[in-house]
Amino acid sequence: MNLKPLILAAASLLAAQAHATEYNQVQADKSAIQFSYQQMGVKMDGKFKKFTSQLAFDPAKPTAARAQFDVELASVDAGSSDANQEVAGKAWFNSKAFPTARFVSSEVKPLGGNHYEVTGELSIKGQARKMVIPATFTAQGATGVFDGAFTLRRGDFNIGEGSWAKFDIVANDVHVRFRITAAGK
Amino acid sequence: MNAVRYTAPARLLHWLMAALLIGLLALGFYMSDLPLSPEKLQLYAWHKWAGVTAFILLAIRLLWRATHRPPALPASMSAAAQRMAHLGHLALYGLMIAIPLSGWLMSSAKGFQTVYFGVLPIPDLLAKNPELGELLATLHGGLNLLLVVTVLGHAAAALKHHFVDKDDVLRRMLP
Repeated sequence: MNLKPLILAAASLLAAQAHATEYNQVQADKSAIQFSYQQMGVKMDGKFKKFTSQLAFDPAKPTAARAQFDVELASVDAGSSDANQEVAGKAWFNSKAFPTARFVSSEVKPLGGNHYEVTGELSIKGQARKMVIPATFTAQGATGVFDGAFTLRRGDFNIGEGSWAKFDIVANDVHVRFRITAAGK
Repeated sequence: MNAVRYTAPARLLHWLMAALLIGLLALGFYMSDLPLSPEKLQLYAWHKWAGVTAFILLAIRLLWRATHRPPALPASMSAAAQRMAHLGHLALYGLMIAIPLSGWLMSSAKGFQTVYFGVLPIPDLLAKNPELGELLATLHGGLNLLLVVTVLGHAAAALKHHFVDKDDVLRRMLP
């Protein structure tokens, strides 16, 4: 029995799998951007209901990965209807004049295992800041899940001006968590 | 006359709570109509901390009340008047328990955990549920209107005892 063709076929299949799985079909319903912040020592949770993502990640070539997120700021849920109304206003997001927040990656560095460091520019309300964001990637069958968290300082982006500019009531640090699920092709 | 007065701890707790409850009531009615601002959030936090404090004082007071008999009402009071007085006090205690509880539940339902003095988190009794939060806010407000009426009745009765009946009912609670 000649096994050679079978082995060759198996090997080429493995090779194809190792190379070609680029995760780039983001599944919005399985993706989320959430955040939390402290308000007089009380932890408040929020999220963005609408955002679009463009993603291309091949675990075999992580440094070539690209990511861009556009977050619809008006879709914020900051914890209560009062707060939602307030954060849409000029002092906070001013989402009429600045409807989206955008993150564009510039570099992806593998840190070993399934850990990566994504460097990119985050722009909110006309302010751009370089961010370094740790993230993990987990393949789950045909889809891949990207999890990450980082802290941004709302003061860097003029989020909360005027009477809100001090951080004694609403803290400066905002902890952002994201989970992006993407199918491979 | 000293023999029939309330004990010093009972008098202290009564007047401490009187001052605290009047402050809480005034602050509560004032702050709830304010537009959202850092001041409003600050006042809400203070109101909650003071409310928790009142609840703790109440627990101490109930413990004291359970272990120390208050002086008897004057024999000159009719049985009906004595029953009214007991009912009134029962209503005050009931409201002093129900009001902080409704505030605590409301905070949980609205998704704002209470953190005592910004340090000690008080566990949430309910999951976040904005509709239930609105309902509990209405209940909290309604119970407080009832408290205002009951406290006014309480004060009016004490003054009537002092100035009309000329008995020692008010004097035995004076500081």
